[in-house]
Amino acid sequence: MTAEHRRRELLTRLLGPADPEVTCEECFELLDEYVELELAGADADRRIPGMREHLQGCPACHEDHESLRDFVLLSDA
Amino acid sequence: MLGSPTLSPCRPAPSAYARFVSRTNGPAAPAMPDEASVWIAALRGPAPVRDRALAELHALLLRAARFELGRRRGQLAHLAPSDLDDLAVQAADDALMAILAKLDSFRGASRFTTWAYKFALLEAGVKARRRAWHGREIMIDDETWPEFAAAGRSAQERLEDGEMLRALREAVQTSLTPHQREVFSALALNGIPIDVLSERLGTTRGALYKTLHDARRKLRAVLEAAGYPIDAHTVVGGDT
Repeated sequence: MTAEHRRRELLTRLLGPADPEVTCEECFELLDEYVELELAGADADRRIPGMREHLQGCPACHEDHESLRDFVLLSDA
Repeated sequence: MLGSPTLSPCRPAPSAYARFVSRTNGPAAPAMPDEASVWIAALRGPAPVRDRALAELHALLLRAARFELGRRRGQLAHLAPSDLDDLAVQAADDALMAILAKLDSFRGASRFTTWAYKFALLEAGVKARRRAWHGREIMIDDETWPEFAAAGRSAQERLEDGEMLRALREAVQTSLTPHQREVFSALALNGIPIDVLSERLGTTRGALYKTLHDARRKLRAVLEAAGYPIDAHTVVGGDT
């Protein structure tokens, strides 16, 4: 990770994503669909606008997303 | 086991999987996948069928909960293996209750098992975060300001970074409500997990994040009005 990337991450942690984002409740509601779209190689960010931005801004939902994606991958292997 | 191979949480063949995703996200109303229909019929079926479905679903949820807690072993190193497994069982139990309460809301936008797993992973993740912070005092109004790494930055850029952080620090003091300042300090500055803070304050993750979101919007507006090019500095795409 470059110093510039770390710098951007820090500012994102402080100021959140620049673009509109879904709420935590919407994120949970849509998470299974989003993960399956990602794993199928579909354009999940276009299908579910605001999700990527929320995952950048909310560390807990970000972890939930990584867990579901990795667990589904593991289960499907 | 329910005795039906369609309940196995395995991925369909790639082509069928792609068709499923395309179908569930196209303009037409999503068709409920067979796997989900079988699960839901069993969970709403007569006692013997329902009991078998509940047992099989609980086993899947327990596997997901153990996976999540396994990822967080480092945070939970103080727990005995039996306590860790108790936590997994509690997470699976709570996830099962949540799933049964929300069964009518399943839209068929994913496989039933993927939908179900997210409840177990959420429950396990929340329990793990809270257990890891159990007994730790959290200083809600104590601000620990980070600094930008100086490596690779010119003297001018370091000066600008410092000015931006000072402006942000001032905006936190002058532009946020006391509650927004507390939440911003706890979550964005001090890195307290949102599920830990929500438990201590008796609120929800969603409500706290809304407060954080509103605070961030205010701070962005102040910095942008002062001429700082914020959007050029935050992550706008790619991996999180």
